[in-house]
Amino acid sequence: MMRRRFLLVSSSGLIVPLLPARARATPAQVAALITDLVGEGEIHDGRVKLDIPVMVENGNSVGMTVTVDAPVADVRSIDVFAEGNPLPHVLRVTFGSHAGAPRFATRIRLATSQTVIAVAKLADGSCWRDSVDLLVTLAACIDN
Amino acid sequence: MVRVLINVPKRVKRGEPFDVKLLISHPMESGQRHDDMGQPIARDIINSFVCIYNGADVLRAELFPAIAANPFLSFAVVAQESGKLTMTFTDDNGTEQTETADIVVE
Repeated sequence: MMRRRFLLVSSSGLIVPLLPARARATPAQVAALITDLVGEGEIHDGRVKLDIPVMVENGNSVGMTVTVDAPVADVRSIDVFAEGNPLPHVLRVTFGSHAGAPRFATRIRLATSQTVIAVAKLADGSCWRDSVDLLVTLAACIDN
Repeated sequence: MVRVLINVPKRVKRGEPFDVKLLISHPMESGQRHDDMGQPIARDIINSFVCIYNGADVLRAELFPAIAANPFLSFAVVAQESGKLTMTFTDDNGTEQTETADIVVE
């Protein structure tokens, strides 16, 4: 593989396209996304719980659970953002009348050690946040 | 068609939330990777998931490339009467797949 890559490099004379910059979102971009979501209102800490390990061995698959401390009928949406991923928005969930609890669990990819943020928007317009700083030993592969 | 494992309780109590777990066999190619020749690998993920019980929404989820391969989803459902749980997911090619599970309320 390396030889083929080398040939490609030497024939094209261009190294740059083969070493793509590790594109990552920045906390500022995520803050902007959250501002879009929250709108005019303020965002408060609490009432939403992001359950994710603080030490992650393998970033390819990290189990996480988001739970909101409110009746499910009052929860408009749950969003999860990963600040260090190339595409920081992880998921958005909205609940209907047959939802049993304002809770959602899945497995996500993490590109690097970073802060993961969960934001819950309630029916009264208030927004709540929980964030977890975590360490990733083996990052999810973006490129090798 | 992709393989889906669905875990629901056979019998549930009226009005009491129960857990539904899904494991979908899908590569969830993020679109962020390149092949050996440096060409980008096209994105191919399940981008939307909708769960409906007897015609009314349980939840809707928008999924992005940060969801791990072979997505596992778990959530709670509440039922007042027996019925059918319908779970539909859509991938980037627009292919829709629907799985159902019967719920018996006692």
